[in-house]
Amino acid sequence: MLSVGTFVLISIIKIVIALIVLLTAVAYTVWLERKVVGHIQNRWGPTRVGPFGLLQPLADGVKFIFKEDLTSPHVYRPLYIAAPMISLIFALTSIAVIPVGNWVTVGGIHTPLQITDVNMGLLIVLGITSMGVYGVALAGWSSNSKYSLLGGLRASAQMVSYEVSLGLSLIGVLIMAGSFSLRDIVDAQGGAYWHVIPRWNIFQGQIFAFFIYLTAAFAETNRIPFDLPEAETELVAGYHTEYSAMKFAMFFMAEYANMITVACLASLLFLGGWHGPLFGPAWLQAILPLFWFALRIFGFLFVYIWVRGTLPRFRYDQLMAFGWKVLLPLAIANLMITGLIVALKS
Amino acid sequence: MQPVATTFFFYLLSGAAILGGVLVITRKNPVHSALALIMTLLAQAGLYLMLYAPFVAGVQIILYAGGIMVLFLFVIMLVNIEKVQKQEQFNKQWLVGIVAAAALGVLFVLVYMKGESLFPKHVVRLAEESNTQEIAVLLYGQYMFAFEIASLLLLVAIIGAVVMAKKRI
Amino acid sequence: MVPLSYYLVLSGILFACGVTGFLIKRNIITIFMSIELMLNGVNLSFVAFAAQWGKLSGQIFVFFVMVVAAAEAAVGLAIIIAVYRTRETLNVDQVNLLKL
Repeated sequence: MLSVGTFVLISIIKIVIALIVLLTAVAYTVWLERKVVGHIQNRWGPTRVGPFGLLQPLADGVKFIFKEDLTSPHVYRPLYIAAPMISLIFALTSIAVIPVGNWVTVGGIHTPLQITDVNMGLLIVLGITSMGVYGVALAGWSSNSKYSLLGGLRASAQMVSYEVSLGLSLIGVLIMAGSFSLRDIVDAQGGAYWHVIPRWNIFQGQIFAFFIYLTAAFAETNRIPFDLPEAETELVAGYHTEYSAMKFAMFFMAEYANMITVACLASLLFLGGWHGPLFGPAWLQAILPLFWFALRIFGFLFVYIWVRGTLPRFRYDQLMAFGWKVLLPLAIANLMITGLIVALKS
Repeated sequence: MQPVATTFFFYLLSGAAILGGVLVITRKNPVHSALALIMTLLAQAGLYLMLYAPFVAGVQIILYAGGIMVLFLFVIMLVNIEKVQKQEQFNKQWLVGIVAAAALGVLFVLVYMKGESLFPKHVVRLAEESNTQEIAVLLYGQYMFAFEIASLLLLVAIIGAVVMAKKRI
Repeated sequence: MVPLSYYLVLSGILFACGVTGFLIKRNIITIFMSIELMLNGVNLSFVAFAAQWGKLSGQIFVFFVMVVAAAEAAVGLAIIIAVYRTRETLNVDQVNLLKL
């Protein structure tokens, strides 16, 4: 048992490390996206700043900070300023309960690789991400412009609709693990069948749930093919039409942080978390789980960008019809079948 | 884990809840009211955590703050609220309202004064770790019929909402 | 440990806020939010009693209250939209005719 002082100190260290890693990851996801989409479209992507354009996120950040921060006179100021902050805060908070590895012992202190280990982890992540919609909705309303308002309305309707399918697709996994704790869910996926096929949930019959989750997650994070809230061909830029400089950057960072959260959840719930082959000396064995986890997140983000470079945008009525008439029944069917199989097994 | 500084957190959260509740009924702009209500709901979720009900707290945030209130905000954004703000805010029943509030106030004072003796001390502490499982067992066992009726109610509500809000079916 | 009566007083204050808002406001959306406030006041006392007696039935009741609140919000907001579409007002005092 730790004393309160060490507990607070360790928590602060963990929070600082997690934030630095997350924000760096956000910056380099943007770089990755520009590079990959560039190559898909037969261009080079960023090349000028640093080798392979690796310093491009830094240059982008400097540009965002030094741009003029325009505020149109007709906006509703308090909420206009608060909206990007709400978005970013909720996007960054959800990392607090996401575990990235096993327990470690550093300097005689035994601690999990996670800011806080709670047994309601998944519920908390879902709650925080469901609060993120307020940033978008309020931005749309407070901008006092019809494009923003339409973007905000679309975003709130879309996110509430797809949240249902997202939640239902996760319940199958919860039934298999019998716990809300993300750590327990990952632990339940350790080992392999016949030493070949890993015991990940995706190989245990949750593959439909995984694809439902994938689709719903695209809609939840407002990404192509479901990026109707910011569809630039019809809505200029949707809910962030009236935003510039750092306020716009906050929305941007929130979107990418949400993508990373979704990728973390996918790898924890369906792809076996940090489980993977361990070999080599002790220090390598300590690092490898983190590496496997990061590799899964990278793969997931790559799929995100790949889809963006490939698929066209849905129409809004198609989006709603797809969410309610296809995805939701599929999620419910998956839930019923999983429940039936688990009940028959026990 | 043993809770720390419960009194401090109780006053913080209940202060936020009461502030939100008062703002809901005094603000002119419905968007402000909705945001104040969200503040109340989140503070209440914190209070549920203090009362050993983590699952209820999670559902409160996901369902109430993340679902129902988004719907409210959605409707407020759909209607034109500028006209609403210029109208008279309070109707002629303010006297009745004040009387009702005062009567309830007297009730609280009574509860507060008698409360210590009326209610027993803690009987058993609820187990936080198995909260979800125990709720599930009760919900699908003892309260199964109520659960089914609730799902029927939701179905009726969905159909009713679609029928009423749609221009042509 | 905070005694039960404090929670009950808090839930009562929230309920009273809801009652007052319901009685004195004219805007139909705010009236709906007042109803939500009342339901939440009741929910808080349910959970407080559950913690006091160590019985989970109180928490189960909260779920049913939430289901009713969700159903009520869906139907109620549909009514608000229908009323706004035909009369272009949200003032309950002006919605006083049975026919349009």
